[in-house]
Amino acid sequence: MSTETGSDLSPRFGEFGGRYIPEVLVAAHEELEEAYETARRDPAFQLELADLQRHYAGRPTPLYLAERLTSEVGGARIWLKREDLAHTGAHKINNALGQALLAKRLGKPRIIAETGAGQHGVATATVCAKLNLECVVYMGTEDIQRQSLNVFRMKMLGAEVVPVDSGSRTLKDAINEAMRDWVTNVRTTHYLIGSAIGPHPFPTMVRDFQAVIGQEARAQMLEQAGRLPDVAVACVGGGSNAIGLFHPFIDDPVRLVGVEAAGEGLAAPGRNAATLVAGSPGVLHGTRTYLLQDEAGQILETHSISAGLDYPGVGPEHSWLKTTERAEYIAADDAEALEGFQRLTRSEGIIPALEPSHAILPAIRLAGELGEGGDVLIGLSGRGDKDMHTVAGALGVTL
Amino acid sequence: MSERLRARFAQAKGEGRAAFVAYVMAGYPEPSLTAPMLLELEAGGADVIELGVPFTDPLADGATIQRANEVAVAAGVTFADCLGMVREARARGLTVPLVLMGYDNPLLAYGEERAAADAAAAGADGFIVVDLPADEAGTFRRACAEHGVSFVPLIAPTTAAERMGEVAAAADSFIYCVSVTGTTGGAAVPPEVGDLVATIRRHTELPIAVGFGVSTEEQVAMVGRVAEGVVVGSAIIAAIEGGSVEGCVDRVRSYVERVTGRSGNGV
Repeated sequence: MSTETGSDLSPRFGEFGGRYIPEVLVAAHEELEEAYETARRDPAFQLELADLQRHYAGRPTPLYLAERLTSEVGGARIWLKREDLAHTGAHKINNALGQALLAKRLGKPRIIAETGAGQHGVATATVCAKLNLECVVYMGTEDIQRQSLNVFRMKMLGAEVVPVDSGSRTLKDAINEAMRDWVTNVRTTHYLIGSAIGPHPFPTMVRDFQAVIGQEARAQMLEQAGRLPDVAVACVGGGSNAIGLFHPFIDDPVRLVGVEAAGEGLAAPGRNAATLVAGSPGVLHGTRTYLLQDEAGQILETHSISAGLDYPGVGPEHSWLKTTERAEYIAADDAEALEGFQRLTRSEGIIPALEPSHAILPAIRLAGELGEGGDVLIGLSGRGDKDMHTVAGALGVTL
Repeated sequence: MSERLRARFAQAKGEGRAAFVAYVMAGYPEPSLTAPMLLELEAGGADVIELGVPFTDPLADGATIQRANEVAVAAGVTFADCLGMVREARARGLTVPLVLMGYDNPLLAYGEERAAADAAAAGADGFIVVDLPADEAGTFRRACAEHGVSFVPLIAPTTAAERMGEVAAAADSFIYCVSVTGTTGGAAVPPEVGDLVATIRRHTELPIAVGFGVSTEEQVAMVGRVAEGVVVGSAIIAAIEGGSVEGCVDRVRSYVERVTGRSGNGV
C-alpha cells in the first residue's frame, strides 16, 4: 500500500488528489514539486531540517502513558503523542520548518499562509522570524475573534495578519484569499499551506513533514510499551496531524481512526465539519477529495467549536484511506470535545487544544472495548491555552 | 458549438477588428435579468458572451466578481439554472456564441458528461473552467468534443514556453490568454501583453482572446491591436453595480457600446 503513496511523488491517491488550479499557478507547482523531490533526497536538506527539529522545535516529543486516565477507564493503556510540547504548542511547526527551508531553496523571500485556529499562522510566523522571511497570514474574521491571543502572537513575531471577511469568514475563506495573493505574487512568494490539503505536491509534502510524528511514536511505542498500539486515534480537520501519525503505521496491523468535528450534529448541514463522515467527493482548493457540499456542488458552511477543524474539505490521502477502508473515520460533536477536554485536563494535568479534544472520548471508548493488555495511541496535536476563552464561554464562565 | 465560436472570430477578423468578449455572472444582480442582459450585450456589440456559473469559492476572482458570485449563490442559482437562462436567451433571439465560465466543482456535481450534453442542447457553445488546467481536463474535454461544445484552455504569463504547445493543443475554438498574474479585476493589462500573445502565437493558429485587467476604452483598443479577442468582465459587473437594479441592463449596454464603439454589429 505504501508504495502507492510513499516514496514516489505520485500526484494522486487513487482517484483523489491531483492539481486543479488556475493555469497561472501551474509553473509554481511544478517548480515546487521539483525542488521538493530534490530536497527530500538531499542529505544536507534532511540534516538541516533534523537539526532544527531537534534544537529549535524540541523533537522528539515525548510519548506519554496516561496512567490515571487508563486506570479510570479500566481498559487498554492510553498513550499520548505529545505534539503539544513542540515549539509553538502544536504539530504545525513540523511542516512550517520543512516548507520554509524549501522556500529558501526556491529563493522566495515572501511567505503567505492561511490559518484557522491560529496555530499554523503562529508556527509560520515563528519560522519566518527565525529564517528572516517576510510573512503574511490570512485569517477569517470569525477566527480572529475567537483566537485573538494567537493573532497577537503572530503580530509580535513580525507577521502581517490580514483579516478575511468573505464567505463564512473562517479557514476556507482564508485559503481562498491566500490563493488570490499567490496568483498575484507567485514569482516572489511561497504559499506555506498548513495542512495536507491543496494541489499536488502539497498533500504529499505536508504528510512527509508531519510523518515524523508517527515515526517517533512507532519507535517509542516499541521501546516503552514493547509493542505497537492496537489503534491510533487522531482528530481530522484538513488532516495533517492524523496523516502524519497514521502514515508510518500503514503497513502495520494497527487500526487507524480519524475523528472529525460533528459540531452541533451530523443531522445539521452547515453546522458540522465532518467531511469524510457526511460529505461526498468533489474538487476544492486544487484537489479532488471529500467535501461538504450541496447537490449543486456549492460548498457548505461549516461549524466546529474548534477553529482548526472548521473546514469543508479534507486531505485527499484521507479520502483514499477511507475508500480503501485502511482507516476509519468517525465524528465527535462540540459537547463530546468539551467533555474530552475536561477529562484529560483533570485526570492528567494536560490541557489539550480543542482539536485533539475530539479524539479523547473515542479513544476512551476504544480502550474500554479493547480491554486490558491493549494499547491505544492518541495524537495529541496541540495544547489548549489558545482555547481558554472558547471553553470558558461554552461552560458559561465569563473571564 | 465550437463551430459558432470559430465563425464569429473569423467574422470579426474579416471586418478587420478584434472580437469583443463580454462576461456577466448568471443570476446577477438577479436571475430574471440575465436573459435580457445577454440580449443587450449582443445588441451593444458583443461578439462572444462568457456567462459566469456561480460558485461559493471563486479563488481566481477579485472582489468585484466575488461579490457577483456571492449574490448569485445566495439566490440559489445552479448550473442547471444557468442552462435555463441560456435556453431562454436563445428562444428570445440571442445569436452570438456563448461560453459558460466557472469552476470545476459545480460541473462535477452536475456530472461532466451530462454538463457537456445539456450545455449543447441549451445552446451554449463552450466552457472555460478556471481550475481545470489542460492536464486535468482529459475526461471533460472528451465529453465536450463528443457533444460539439468547445473546451477553452487558459494560458498565463507564467506558463512555460514548452507547456504552451500542450495547452494550445487542448483548444478547438480559441485560447484565453490571462494578461497578468493576478485575479480578475486586479492590475491593469500591461503593454507587454503583446509579447505574451506573440509567444502563444508560435504554438497555435487559433484566435487568442486576452482578459484580466481590461476595462477602459484605451485598454480595449490596445488589446484589440495585439489579439483576436478582448475579454472584459469586472468592468461590466461594475457597470451593473453602478446604479439602480432596474437600470443595470441599460448601463451594461451603454458600457459595451462605448468600449466597442459600435452597436449591433461591426465596429
